[in-house]
Amino acid sequence: MEQKKLAIIATKGSLDWAYPPFILASTAAALGYEVQIFFTFYGLQLLKKDLSLEVTPLGNPGMPMPMGMDKWFPILGMTLPGMQGMMTAMMKQKMKKKGVASIEELRELCIEAEVKMVACQMTVDLFDMEQSQFIGGIEYAGAAAFFEFAGESDICLYI
Amino acid sequence: MADFDQELDASGLNCPLPILRAKKTLNSMSSGQVLHIIATDPGSVKDFDSFAKQTGNELMESKEEGGKFHFLIKKS
Repeated sequence: MEQKKLAIIATKGSLDWAYPPFILASTAAALGYEVQIFFTFYGLQLLKKDLSLEVTPLGNPGMPMPMGMDKWFPILGMTLPGMQGMMTAMMKQKMKKKGVASIEELRELCIEAEVKMVACQMTVDLFDMEQSQFIGGIEYAGAAAFFEFAGESDICLYI
Repeated sequence: MADFDQELDASGLNCPLPILRAKKTLNSMSSGQVLHIIATDPGSVKDFDSFAKQTGNELMESKEEGGKFHFLIKKS
């Protein structure tokens, strides 16, 4: 059976958006896929050595909130200082309680499973980022280079 | 429960950890050996079925016992 290929383009950098690329990549790798993830724009946040991903219900009407807050808590309230930090902490706590892996752990599993992680060189330059801010073992390339793999992939996802 | 060569307790772990841990453990086993996996994630029932189908490892047994899910996978 020929090995299938999965290409993922990760463009978001918040905690909730960090899960899909890493979970899909690690699961596909476990199923025998060859996987490559292209991190561009805010997706680069997922490659930082010190992950400080946050999540906010502000502008996220689909996000479920505890105590039915999404029904009665005023949207303006979400802009209060400390709200984002609190929501992030609550989300992380919920993940831990339910036995869901942390992003650090999932990223580690992806590396172990030999998922190739590629950082968009253009975005790195655009936001004045340094290679030293990112984890080791990743490649830096542009879209054209990524298309070499993406063009051959069986599944290509834009996250 | 039939004989197995190794046991992996994935209790309390949710998708995709049971599958990932199983893959890792199977990697270190020899062909023909059997891995016994215990999980509490109800999603793992379908996950292991798909895992066996897609990786070519045989899912010899899949059952629920004592509130937990038990799987026997033979490495191809």
